[in-house]
Amino acid sequence: MAQNIGNPLISMPASAKKGEVVEVHCLIMHPMTTGLHRNEQGKLVAGNTPAHFVKTVDVTFNDKPVMTADWGIAVSTNPFLAFTMRAEQSGTLKIVWEDNKGGIWSVKSKLTVV
Amino acid sequence: MKRRDFLRVTLAVGAAASLPVLRPHRASANKAAAWPAEGFDAETLTDAMKKTIGKSDVPLSPKVKLNVPKTAENGAVVPVTVEVDSPMTAADYIETLYLYVDKNPRPLASEFHFTPASGKAYVQQRLKMGGTSNVRAVAKTNKGQLMAAAREVRITISGCG
Repeated sequence: MAQNIGNPLISMPASAKKGEVVEVHCLIMHPMTTGLHRNEQGKLVAGNTPAHFVKTVDVTFNDKPVMTADWGIAVSTNPFLAFTMRAEQSGTLKIVWEDNKGGIWSVKSKLTVV
Repeated sequence: MKRRDFLRVTLAVGAAASLPVLRPHRASANKAAAWPAEGFDAETLTDAMKKTIGKSDVPLSPKVKLNVPKTAENGAVVPVTVEVDSPMTAADYIETLYLYVDKNPRPLASEFHFTPASGKAYVQQRLKMGGTSNVRAVAKTNKGQLMAAAREVRITISGCG
């Protein structure tokens, strides 16, 4: 059965004044499995299934770095993320998610700075 | 499957995923830093902090504004909001924000690397918590200054099964 994975969404203003700090919301479908399970003693241990999770989120604007995130197994399934960016010039925001199995997804959004 | 096998699978997958010909160039805010595997593998808070910021004792500061619910019904999706007071100019900005869940089996949850272009040192995300525990935010400025905040979240249903 196909897993519901990827399909990133982004929500951010289409325009902003120069110098304004805009808030960006994004979401990607991903199982974010920890690879941990409880043993007979009730302790969480690694084992049966490998972890499958988004490791990095890379945010650029006009190809210049804005923010990068490193994630581990504690980030929730279908991870939502909100962050900000200072609007200096018009251009394109790009977000790239990479998981620990080589899965890569990206989304773009245009911003007009007045 | 034992831990050794789990690590072999994880490292093999990680190595395969990092072949340069298969990956697009990562325009990272911090090009020198690879994914902090040692920090994410640490199984105690002290170890996770030492492996990420080099120490386990960081002064609390009201500049680190950490917002979490006092009680979270579902430990699988605990909303965490952090904003750190900072000019966010090239001369003075928050370079990295570390989020830990003190009592999780792997306490390091995430790291955020900002640039002055971030405008604010602000993030909101959702974390899994295995049980009642502090959520801890540690901010590091571009000059290496560390400051922290910690808040307890009471968990009714564990986010770790």
